Amino acid sequence: MENKSARKKLPAFHVVKRDGISLGKAMAVRGTAVLLSLIVCAVVIVFITKQNPISVYAGIIDGAVGSSRRTWVTIRETVILLLLAVALVPTYRMKFWNIGAEGQILMGGAASAAVMIYFGSRMPGAVVTILLILCGMMAGLVWGLIPAIFKAYHNTNETLFTLMMNYIAIQIVNCLIVLWENPKGSNTVGIINGATKSGWFPSIFGNAYALNVIIVFLVTVGITLYMKYDKHGYEIDVVGAGVRTARYAGINVKKVICRTMMLSGAICGLAGAVIVGGASHTISTSTAGGRGFTAIIVAWMSKFNPIAMLVISAFLSFMQQGAIQIASQFGLNENASDIITGILLFFLIGCEFFINYKLERTDSGDTEENAS
Amino acid sequence: MTMLITFITKAIGQGIAILFGATGEIITEKSGNLNLGIPGIMYMGGISGLMGAFFYEHSTDNPSPVAGMIISLICALLVSALGGLLYSFLTVSLRANQNVVGLAITTFGVGFGNFFGGSVSKIAGGVGQISVATSASAYQAKLPFLSDIPVVGKLLFGYGFLTYASLVISVLVWYVLFKTRRGLNLRAAGEDPAAADAAGINVTAYKYTATIAGCAIAGLGGLYYVMEYLGGTWSNDSFGDRGWLAVALVILALWNPLNAIWGSLAFGALYILYIYLPGLTRATQELVKVIPYVVTIVVLVFTSFRNRPEDQPPASLGLSYFREDR
Amino acid sequence: MSQETALQLKGVTKYFGETAANDHVDLELKKGEILAVLGENGSGKTTLMNMISGIYFPDKGHIYVNGKEVSIGSPHDAFDLGIGMVHQHFKLINVMSALENIVLGMDPPEGGFSLQKARKSVMSLAHDYGFELDPNKKVYNMSVSEKQTVEIIKVLYRGADILILDEPTAVLTPQESDKLFNVLRSMKDHGHSIIIITHKLNEVLEISDRVTVLRKGKNAGTAATRDMTVDLLTEMMVGEKVDLDIWRTDPAEPRKRLKLKDLTVLNGEGLPALKDVSFEANSGEILGIAGISGSGQKELLETIAGLVSPESGAISFFSKDGDKEVDRKDVTLSFVPEDRLGMGLVASMNVPDNVMLRSYRDGKSRFVERKGPLETAKAIIKSLAVVIPDLSIRISSLSGGNVQKVLLGREISLSPDILLVAYPARGLDINSSFTIYNELNAQKQKGVCVICVIEDLDVLMQLTDRIVVLSGGKVSGIRDARTGTKEEIGLLMTSSEKKKAEGKDGK
Repeated sequence: MENKSARKKLPAFHVVKRDGISLGKAMAVRGTAVLLSLIVCAVVIVFITKQNPISVYAGIIDGAVGSSRRTWVTIRETVILLLLAVALVPTYRMKFWNIGAEGQILMGGAASAAVMIYFGSRMPGAVVTILLILCGMMAGLVWGLIPAIFKAYHNTNETLFTLMMNYIAIQIVNCLIVLWENPKGSNTVGIINGATKSGWFPSIFGNAYALNVIIVFLVTVGITLYMKYDKHGYEIDVVGAGVRTARYAGINVKKVICRTMMLSGAICGLAGAVIVGGASHTISTSTAGGRGFTAIIVAWMSKFNPIAMLVISAFLSFMQQGAIQIASQFGLNENASDIITGILLFFLIGCEFFINYKLERTDSGDTEENAS
Repeated sequence: MTMLITFITKAIGQGIAILFGATGEIITEKSGNLNLGIPGIMYMGGISGLMGAFFYEHSTDNPSPVAGMIISLICALLVSALGGLLYSFLTVSLRANQNVVGLAITTFGVGFGNFFGGSVSKIAGGVGQISVATSASAYQAKLPFLSDIPVVGKLLFGYGFLTYASLVISVLVWYVLFKTRRGLNLRAAGEDPAAADAAGINVTAYKYTATIAGCAIAGLGGLYYVMEYLGGTWSNDSFGDRGWLAVALVILALWNPLNAIWGSLAFGALYILYIYLPGLTRATQELVKVIPYVVTIVVLVFTSFRNRPEDQPPASLGLSYFREDR
Repeated sequence: MSQETALQLKGVTKYFGETAANDHVDLELKKGEILAVLGENGSGKTTLMNMISGIYFPDKGHIYVNGKEVSIGSPHDAFDLGIGMVHQHFKLINVMSALENIVLGMDPPEGGFSLQKARKSVMSLAHDYGFELDPNKKVYNMSVSEKQTVEIIKVLYRGADILILDEPTAVLTPQESDKLFNVLRSMKDHGHSIIIITHKLNEVLEISDRVTVLRKGKNAGTAATRDMTVDLLTEMMVGEKVDLDIWRTDPAEPRKRLKLKDLTVLNGEGLPALKDVSFEANSGEILGIAGISGSGQKELLETIAGLVSPESGAISFFSKDGDKEVDRKDVTLSFVPEDRLGMGLVASMNVPDNVMLRSYRDGKSRFVERKGPLETAKAIIKSLAVVIPDLSIRISSLSGGNVQKVLLGREISLSPDILLVAYPARGLDINSSFTIYNELNAQKQKGVCVICVIEDLDVLMQLTDRIVVLSGGKVSGIRDARTGTKEEIGLLMTSSEKKKAEGKDGK
């Protein structure tokens, strides 16, 4: 007892929750994090490629926005990521930990591909496009609704349920690939309707991806208004705050959960349709390509603010496209972009701590008068 | 008969990687950390073990299998433990959202594995596939004599040492979790960190330790896959979704490592069932592969119906804890 | 009379954000005494004790244990110094047994850890102090008083010399409280030094040797208990002379408004929470619901409010003049639930968004209308004197009293016919409490049928007109609040509880 009652050494700093932080300060923290992450990425790249980091970053910029085509690819990737993040906003505001976007994209993409394959030569291209969008949304909706029903009625853990739904979707797509493969034995579907371009999103103002941008813009504005001004949006926030409060307010919680997941799933399905109809014109298990997961991070880090989601989506897409470029420039494989994305995310996620909390020096009290 | 034996041994071969992952995730989740980074960690464990062996075998003219094995084992443990440290630092010390951090680590880890798996031999100045047959031979070495016994030998003794290690580790984790003082404290931290803290438990230390140990164990699953299962090579994305299956197995096992042993065998069997079912086309084979996931969902739904307190996930799973939060 | 000092605080200060929860507090606990720390809610009692038990770390100040300066960085440090705290919200692991909870987090004893050995010493400790304990019972199966027993044994088992109990009687019946006080006295005789936090004046007078009063985070004085009276203590606590009598008017033309007939309701686990409950409530009166916590009060209100459907029995509503039965939808029913921020309000939303929680559905538009709620919010803030720096801040950053005023204000703004209120003044300072009581009386004057669950028997007797006593989910008696006595109500609160326990044993 004697020894233990002596004063123990305490850590020099302790953590204090901030009451609030000015926007400028918060942006400064995030800016520092981005800067640090770029430095770490540079170190990693230099370590692997043994190249001057400045030329490596020049390569990244060149890869992302070096030509009109590359710029548009970056924009195309940005809007898809944004669309997915927007799709997830209602579910995460509802505190429904949905990690099933990946599967919903795949199901949406698969339904769209089916429309292109089976109706491509039977209907006018514009009708096929509309039909593939609708079917893609429908498929995503169903894929989102299934776990929602079990969550609503039996409180089944949605994180794990939606995760499993992703892999079921992957296997369904694998099965479809075998059915649709072209050429036979290649185990890929190939470009669908390459000759007729039936169902392909039409070029607008001569640009192949303009329709993608328009769709995403409309959905983003729509969901932002829905969350802010629609009674549904208010209900989602109340359910997110707590099921007991929602019941007290007379909200049909089951209905809200199912409705919101249908909406979110439909938008993820739409993203699948946009990818298949408006970008890749094929379907594979990498059609979603992890973007369903990345979008969760985007939505969460943006605190559901649409502008912030756009900025983060653009930044991540920029770095990924750039990394693909330097990978081919230095003969590395394209997975380098995942490493870079990962490093960026670690810093961005970590820096939020310094926005919510601050470190304070522990006052040992030694400066004051001693006790008698 | 021979087909049944082959089926069982193959199922075990498929299940062991998942078992490592699930055991690691169980100890992590019991401390309250839902680490969705496990799939990435398993990639990292696999590739770093492979790289350790690769650089060792390339640095000496006459590599010894045992040295290669030890080096790769250390590399795999170290790198996957570092992954756990990163996860713990972000979620425990910096209180970031666990799902987000986990997914970021999976993105990073899968990229890390595929990147180095695809380009490490190029970086080292060579060409072609990475291959560490010498070190892998130590992993694939079977017990002499015993493995020659007909039927029983193949069924029970026909595996490399990591297979047995996975069973020992699972039993050990079960013992620590449910039979020791530290296990009691660990579970308390995962159930209710505020109560554990008030009881004098260093919640932060337990969360760090459990997560880092869990990641190291899971990393062995990746190592097992590249060394014993693939024989010391890498092929991008071939590890596939085993990491996610490991996360699923945790639920199936109701957070008990002993259940995970049986579960991993079942998962392994379901995973390769399509090869042995007659009359399947290539397309229906793919559909048969959904069975493990469907089974997991059924178990998930079933436990949520039954709603027994002991079968539920740790009560604070996924939440970060700050003592002075009010 | 120079007793040794067990624990001393000098200039202890703790800030949460900009507000000082404790501002240069000095406090002294002598060996072998029971010190009451008295203060209104929000006066910083719990924060201060959390710094002694290692939950919070002080921003400034010195702590001395047995004359030596110490720094307590964690609960583990506190245990090492022989300090143990029984928190108001129990810190127990639900899925674990009593025994597991007791040994949790302890350093391994000599000879290694074994639950069997621990069981023996825990049981003998429980026997020494006269506790009843089933070491294998899981916490989720325990009643509140059983949980409290586990908490106290947990602290004693760690060899604590200094015990801190935070509002230990808040969840106990009068009889259980008496039992607890006997245990505390026996612990004092064993040489333990005890701090008991409370805001109940008669408890201070009954159990403590000395009393320290906190007011707005500062030490407002320390005195020997035998020199104190209820009035003196109140004055120290509030800082001014307060009239403790609640204004009560006669019922305003009471007419039957609500009738419960043989109501049986199951709780979440499928066990009966209410059994064959029947009573009537009238317009123009305040009906009080008494009972020890967990006797079915929550289920009763939630069933009347329509949030829970009864297993059997009927609820009928009557028109304003009381003569004909009407549909549920023809009466406006307001409900102030027990869990204000977790049920009645959305903690993360601002006041206007909270005000529209019950009325956002009105109107045909699919868009929410925010102008009306904003005006209502302003009106509530004005009429109930809500202190709020800015309408856009989240409601959870308001103090407990202001939160309750907003919640009650919103429910009243619906112009209810029936007003259900759970624990109207729980956790509120005296002035806010009186604002709430006055508002309830004003509603009664307007002819509203007010039904109130109140734990404090003194308030219940002074505020309500009639009292329904619940015991173990059954109505054990209905009394007139003006003629009934506290003792009578207290007995009714436990009456069938005893029978139930005997019945169990008999099986």
